[in-house]
Amino acid sequence: MSTSNFTRRGMLKTSAVAGAGLAVPTIFTASSVAAFTNDPADQSTVTLGFNVPQSGPYADEGADELRAYELAVEHLNGEGDGGMMQTFSSKALQGNGIMGKKVEYVTGDTQTKSDAARATAKSMIEKDGAVIITGGSSSGVAVAVQALCQEAGVIFMAGLTHANDTTGKDRKANGFRHFFNSWMSGAALAPVLTKEYGTDRKAYHLTADYNWGYTTEEAIRNSTEALGWETVNAVKTPLTQTDFSAYITPVLQSDADVLVLNHYGNNMVNSLTNAVQFGLRDKMVNDKKFEIVVPLYSELMARGAGAAVKGIFGSQNWDWKLQKQLGDRYIGTDAFVKSFGEKYGFPPSQAAHTCYVQTLLYADAVERAGSFNPCAVVEALEGFEFDGLGNGPTLYRAEDHQCFKDVVVVRGKENPENEFDLVEIVEATPVDQVTYAPDAPEFGGADAKLGECNAGA
Amino acid sequence: MDAIILQILNGLDKGSAYALIALGLTLIFGTLGVVNFAHGALFMIGAFCAVTVSRILTLSYTTVDETRTDFLGNPMEIEVPYIHNLVGQSAGDFMIDWAVPISILFAIPVMIAIGVIMERGLIKHFYKRPHADQILVTFGLAIVLQEIIKFYYGANPIPTPAPSAFRGSFDFGAFLGLGANSIIYPYWRLVYFAFSLVIIGGVFAFLRYTTFGMVVRAGMADRETVGLLGINIDRKFTIMFGIAAAVAGLAGVMYTPINSPNYHMGMDFLVLSFVVVVVGGMGSLVGAVLAGFLLGILESFASMAAVLETLPGINQIVIYLVAIIILLTRPRGLMGRKGVMEE
Repeated sequence: MSTSNFTRRGMLKTSAVAGAGLAVPTIFTASSVAAFTNDPADQSTVTLGFNVPQSGPYADEGADELRAYELAVEHLNGEGDGGMMQTFSSKALQGNGIMGKKVEYVTGDTQTKSDAARATAKSMIEKDGAVIITGGSSSGVAVAVQALCQEAGVIFMAGLTHANDTTGKDRKANGFRHFFNSWMSGAALAPVLTKEYGTDRKAYHLTADYNWGYTTEEAIRNSTEALGWETVNAVKTPLTQTDFSAYITPVLQSDADVLVLNHYGNNMVNSLTNAVQFGLRDKMVNDKKFEIVVPLYSELMARGAGAAVKGIFGSQNWDWKLQKQLGDRYIGTDAFVKSFGEKYGFPPSQAAHTCYVQTLLYADAVERAGSFNPCAVVEALEGFEFDGLGNGPTLYRAEDHQCFKDVVVVRGKENPENEFDLVEIVEATPVDQVTYAPDAPEFGGADAKLGECNAGA
Repeated sequence: MDAIILQILNGLDKGSAYALIALGLTLIFGTLGVVNFAHGALFMIGAFCAVTVSRILTLSYTTVDETRTDFLGNPMEIEVPYIHNLVGQSAGDFMIDWAVPISILFAIPVMIAIGVIMERGLIKHFYKRPHADQILVTFGLAIVLQEIIKFYYGANPIPTPAPSAFRGSFDFGAFLGLGANSIIYPYWRLVYFAFSLVIIGGVFAFLRYTTFGMVVRAGMADRETVGLLGINIDRKFTIMFGIAAAVAGLAGVMYTPINSPNYHMGMDFLVLSFVVVVVGGMGSLVGAVLAGFLLGILESFASMAAVLETLPGINQIVIYLVAIIILLTRPRGLMGRKGVMEE
């Protein structure tokens, strides 16, 4: 008589254990394949997420960013004339997509609101499987989306964001910024301003009431005061302000002879228009001609302000005339202007340029790393030195993921030849003059840390 | 002293815009009993009438100038406005320069038409509905109008300068003997203030001295009785809606040289205009105009550096603060009548 312990219950137990045992290797294999968020390993395409303002006050900037992204995708996939891929110092990109995968993209509308931008970024990562998020036209949005990408384990290639914080106190290991920042604007502008307007000047600041405004005001104050200027007053203006006359009139009453407008977008267009209407530029104060300065310029803003912008100094990350006027140090510029201009009929803005460059830099880093893994991409980008993307020799600094390159000082052109010819290049401030320590106090000091890169999954 | 005069002047032009918008709002509320949240959008559409006229006047054909090159190095295309061929170069340039005042002629019929279509097409279906429904539908309409404008004109402000004769500023300081350059005020803002006075005066005269106006005023006081007398008050009220739309539109047209218009400008004025209406007293035309100027001047004083130093941020809340105080002490507003918007 044989007694068997082979009961129904025992059978269930055994098979459960065996099943789990068999499943273990698959779990391991699965995790080793999908070691990071949205690994496109078993797909023939890779999806990039372009998160730009398509509505709201910066919609036109967003539209230009999107044009640049579409152009970059074309070039990566081997269509068109290749644009700056022809001049880029790294030759890893072959025009066959990224690592042989055809590049596709999805877009989101940030509305220039942090919560909306986070929601669209999240949806592009979770629903559409985007491997990176890139774009944006506001520092508030950039900081918010960068933090989200860090948590989600994808790379964030910032678009137009100029506040120190993005690569300062809010820097993140997964986030990278090609655009310049407030501190660099100050360092580049101050010497030009003192050369043009003298060292004995009294400045009055009007500052947009959010993080970008603060860091820009601080940067311009510090750099101009170091060269002898005095700051007589600094007034914060609400972001929603449209008529600045009530802020301009006190300037007339003060004994200031320079007005610094730390404003961007519509704020800048309106405050500058108002300042000119109130005759500030025709005024003589302290026996000097009254002057206006706009630290961060954009062509789209210059178009909005019209004739008011003539003769006014500011700084830019890049300008489409760089190579024509300052020579082949800025190689890549003409190639980009040509492909963009032929496709769209007008020259690209600096927002378009930085977004196009960021896309190429990401794709190139993936090729060099041989992987889409965010941590491998971070490693490939950190300390990466490159050239041929329109800004001259550039470094992606490892400590804060900020690009270091020349800064363009511009002035509103007196006699524009056409509607695109609104600013003239005064000088390109050499990169050494706009470089700071990674632990500079304006950038969060020693407490500011990138943290660990996050590959997600 | 000069600082105070300057802030009063400053308040006047802002107040002019508030007063014109609030006047239209009150007209609509008083006649039709509708709280019209799309009124700011009408102001914005008026501004875009000016943009449209200036675009029509500068409509150009291109000729190629072989001697110059464009940004891509191709021969430069030069734009020549058609108006030069129609009326000659100097007359054409004059019309382009005076685009904003010329737009008034274009804006009046367009705005009246938009007003009448809005009233007949949508708003009349909401007369009997609660105010909350009216607010929702007109607010929705405002968003739709905004998005349409943004679709065709983009999101960035479009510079629309004043005629060159009115650019620059007037030296009040020298004029009043307070010293040159002490009070400078842009010419166009003075024009705007004068223009608003003319419009306000015109509306009041129209209501006061014409039979049409008399019927409308009677209808505002007691709609039912006027109807019983055999007068088609609905038709009159529809026309009043058109007139209110035109007032808002003209305020927008003339405002364009002060701030470059963008699709969002109506919303910026709307909320404050409602505060103006409430402070002035619901349904009171005189109250709306007075409160418009009063709040404009108050806002401008609150933005003075000296005030901001003692009370930071006061410029952003002063209007609401005053509104609260007035409503607490005079619940019907400055000149509100009994029985308006009261159950």
